[in-house]
Amino acid sequence: MKIRTHQVNLYYSDFHALKGITMEISANTVTALIGPSGCGKSTFLRVFNRMNDLIDGVKITGDIFIDGQEIYDRKTNIDDLRKNVGMVFQKPNPFPKSIFENVAYGLRVNGINDKKFIEERVERSLHQSALWDEVKDKMKKSAFELSGGQQQRLCIARALAIEPSIILMDEPASALDPISTAKIEELIYELKKNYTIIIVTHNMQQAGRVSDKTGFFYLGELIEYDDTKIIFTNPKNPRTQNYITGRFG
Amino acid sequence: MAEGEKISSNKMLKQAIAFNLFRILSFSVVAILIIILSFITIKGFRAISWEFLTAMPEDGMTKGGIYPAIIGTFYLIAGSMLFAFPIGVLSAIYINEYAKDGFFKRFVKLMTNNLAGIPSIVFGLFGMSLFVNTLGFGDSILAGSLTLGLLTLPVVIRTTEEALKAVDHSFRLGSYALGATKLQTIRRVVLPMSLPNIITGLILSIGRVSGETAPILFTVAAYFLPKLPTSIFDQVMALPYHLYVISTSGTNIEESRPIAYGTALVLIAIVLIVNLLANGLRRYFGNKVKMN
Repeated sequence: MKIRTHQVNLYYSDFHALKGITMEISANTVTALIGPSGCGKSTFLRVFNRMNDLIDGVKITGDIFIDGQEIYDRKTNIDDLRKNVGMVFQKPNPFPKSIFENVAYGLRVNGINDKKFIEERVERSLHQSALWDEVKDKMKKSAFELSGGQQQRLCIARALAIEPSIILMDEPASALDPISTAKIEELIYELKKNYTIIIVTHNMQQAGRVSDKTGFFYLGELIEYDDTKIIFTNPKNPRTQNYITGRFG
Repeated sequence: MAEGEKISSNKMLKQAIAFNLFRILSFSVVAILIIILSFITIKGFRAISWEFLTAMPEDGMTKGGIYPAIIGTFYLIAGSMLFAFPIGVLSAIYINEYAKDGFFKRFVKLMTNNLAGIPSIVFGLFGMSLFVNTLGFGDSILAGSLTLGLLTLPVVIRTTEEALKAVDHSFRLGSYALGATKLQTIRRVVLPMSLPNIITGLILSIGRVSGETAPILFTVAAYFLPKLPTSIFDQVMALPYHLYVISTSGTNIEESRPIAYGTALVLIAIVLIVNLLANGLRRYFGNKVKMN
């Protein structure tokens, strides 16, 4: 198992946001986390790169293992963890730098200065995120000149450049038009070969299209977690059934 | 139906009154500024000459120029900024990026705001007591610059804080998510993005520093000193104090009146020029953030 969580509880001060989440995720799969707003799925996603640590008053109990390592161990270096667990956000958030420097950023902050190495890695990452052909002639241009969909693929390239093994995606296509969304979904399918992907989405069709496994969250609990096919055709829990058929949420 | 029309025309009337009132008020602000500027320009214009800008004062300050006061003011602007800008910006970074919400942060912010409210003459007295006497700098550019720096510190801190706050949190998260440390995130993402607004703070501070008289009164300003300083421990003349002196206690106030207006005009021109320069800088960095 690539990722294993056991009885994870998370509190925002007094608010009990995650209740006893136990989950196993295999390598090179796409796992979709679905559920109504405020159900805890995004919070759970941010457990894996310890992004919740940045919020005052957050407390986490339970075990989270990545490649057999407890990531909340005192010995864990958070910056190294985040190198291994990349993240793509809901709204494209490229830095106000050139396209090239955006992708190179993760390398530079991790102490890589070899110019040739950086150039090769930037090009490779842009190929991987299917953006190279669109930007190869304007690498020095500001990332803000790209369209929203291109910016999001740039953010994916930025995450890939530091060679993570896991990529977290927090509704990566919710701010994009249908064509850009389709491109991102194709990309997720491609990336699955080399990466373990966890994606939070509000879009049921998207979860159905891209994921191998789906977890349904409700009020901080993991109600049901199974193969995506089963979740969408034959869920065991009536609440899952109600949610995916649109009866609430 | 008639009732509805009445209400709607009533609303329109109120809207028109409010709109025109706001417009008149904002025009009157501009008008006051124009009146002051024209008054000083008309009165002071005749005094301005190459000699006025480059010569030492003569004949009990009724003739000659204001060269040493111009130079003195420049030294004080530079000195106070060298002191206040790094300290102010670094404090603001600490308050906004590092300090956790809580008693200490609230306390520091409260104190910063209080500092902004202290009358400038009190800064002058404090500067005299600490820098001139206790630390033994004497009446000097150093003591004056430090006093002016203290005075403008709250402005720098406040504007820098606002500038940092204006950087969307998502950029910080994006940086952390790539394994960047807090310091790297601040240096490579947050600061470049907030630099244009930080420079606005610099502009405001320079405007304030160049015009202040009270803080330099006991710490640096010379009544009459027709030579240029050779070190930071020398006294200098400064434009605002020179203006005060020749308007109130010169040897012949009536005769030096044109010089007073000329001095005022030069002071305003310097503030204007520095503002334009800083605005250019602001625009340059603003573009650089997008391009780089």
